[in-house]
Amino acid sequence: MQDMEKFQLKPKSRFREYLGEKIIMVSAFTALIGVLLIFVFIFKEAVPIFTDPEIQEEASLDKMVFKQQYYEGRDPKFSWQPNSEVPKYSLFPLFIGTIKAAMVAMLFAVPLGIGAAIYSSEFASRRVREIIKPVIELLAAIPSVVLGFFALIILATFLQNVLGLTFRLNTLNAGIALGLAAIPIIFTVAEDAMTSVPQSLREASTALGANAWQVSFMTVFPAALPGISAGVVLGFGRAVGETMIVLMASGNAAIISTSIFDSGRTFSATIAAELGEVVFGSAHYSVLFFLGTLLFVFTFAINLGGDMVLVRLKQKLQGKT
Amino acid sequence: MTASEKRNGTPVYKLVVRDIDFYYGANKVLHGISMDIEKNRVTALIGPSGCGKSTFLRTLNRMNEIIPDTRMTGVVTLDGKDIYRDFNDPSTIRTRIGMVFQKSNPFPKSIFDNIAYGLKVNGIKDKAIIRTVVEDSLKRAFLWDEVKDILDHNAYMLSGGQQQRLCIARALAIRPEVILMDEPASALDPLSTSKIEDLIGELKKNYTIVIVTHNMQQAARISDYTAFFYEGVMVEFGPTKELFTKPDRKKTEDYITGRFG
Repeated sequence: MQDMEKFQLKPKSRFREYLGEKIIMVSAFTALIGVLLIFVFIFKEAVPIFTDPEIQEEASLDKMVFKQQYYEGRDPKFSWQPNSEVPKYSLFPLFIGTIKAAMVAMLFAVPLGIGAAIYSSEFASRRVREIIKPVIELLAAIPSVVLGFFALIILATFLQNVLGLTFRLNTLNAGIALGLAAIPIIFTVAEDAMTSVPQSLREASTALGANAWQVSFMTVFPAALPGISAGVVLGFGRAVGETMIVLMASGNAAIISTSIFDSGRTFSATIAAELGEVVFGSAHYSVLFFLGTLLFVFTFAINLGGDMVLVRLKQKLQGKT
Repeated sequence: MTASEKRNGTPVYKLVVRDIDFYYGANKVLHGISMDIEKNRVTALIGPSGCGKSTFLRTLNRMNEIIPDTRMTGVVTLDGKDIYRDFNDPSTIRTRIGMVFQKSNPFPKSIFDNIAYGLKVNGIKDKAIIRTVVEDSLKRAFLWDEVKDILDHNAYMLSGGQQQRLCIARALAIRPEVILMDEPASALDPLSTSKIEDLIGELKKNYTIVIVTHNMQQAARISDYTAFFYEGVMVEFGPTKELFTKPDRKKTEDYITGRFG
């Protein structure tokens, strides 16, 4: 007891505390401001579409949205041909391409991602789980150019041989590769949601005579459903925004076709392919930035929605709703 | 002769436990527990934290099987049938031996769906039957009057004591014969606790109850038999009155008089 009096507790430095807090505050706001500035600059380049009459002549909002008659005596149609003699800026083919590729990706990735999450969190032994979880999450670390390369060279040939397809590079091919990129996102978020369901609910269910299968599907899965849907939404955001894979693997034809065996072109791939060669300040230039703005807003909204769903899950599990 | 033998002639033993050893990994936590649990009586398990009483309770409906790296030897019989060897599917046993946990754990569903859950997992789909059972179970748990108008509300809206009675009602819904309770009132205020205790007194008319409790007064108030556990060994087991007034063992006496705990 006597020893206790020999040392004195040191008073804390107010200045250092102040400085530390300010530094981490600045780093937090830098990221925030960065996102904001990106949005502002992308949108700024797209603004002439709404204000500049000369550019509107070529590419106004309704020219991008509605069918246009480009040549005398021909039917009006949707077409994306910005470098043609008569530039055509219909976004509809790109929209179809984007949604189609993302849908194929989701059809592929959602069952696999969620299935793997249920297996890993509910059925796998600890040892198996310690293997599959990091391996699936490692998929997220594969650069998308590598996935694109795989789809372009190996997967495309395989699919063409097996299914006897006319076009080697098509939406199915790109969609599957996109799915590979979306699986780790869906898996990770869904798996976390399921493992964070309290053990006490599993016990309650088991004690009422439910077997392992019923515990998983009637208790854990419904309780984790908001988190699982957040994973799906975030995976969808990735599938829509992903560029390199679709650029390499989809064939990039801006056509209107609902068939997944046809080629398709997405928003993201269009920007990547065309922005490098576009005339600065032209209508084409502005339209590409407008595409960027749309993509930004879309993926931002999806991510925000996914996050909000996650917050709701936590509240629900704590009984606040 | 025990007190109940004097009262009823021959006692009927619902659960008979013989030589239970239990291991978490290499760590042996129960040492040769044997016990006869009488039908329609309340048997209390007391002892300091970590003495193995909860682990023992969970061997009675095979709940420990969902914990990895555990191992058990010994025999538990329910009406003469070995619950580990005569039943292939542990979930069948759990419908006959229900359980209520320390922390109330309602599902994040409506009050109605909480009670109906046990019926649904056991293949009962008839809505009329489910409605009847939900009402009946809530009445048995003395909760019906408080919740009959809010059956579609989320169970988390109930108070802690109500949630625990909901969990008891949920356990009753699948018509168990035995109810295991793991410190069901330890997280509740005195008023809710006394409601749970009254309920236990009522339930023993139809069910056999085994209850783990930290609270020795509670054991003395509600149980017919008491077992005292210490460091994985059952030190003493007998009619509650005898165990609390003239315990055989020094260790038991020290514990119930509060010399350690």
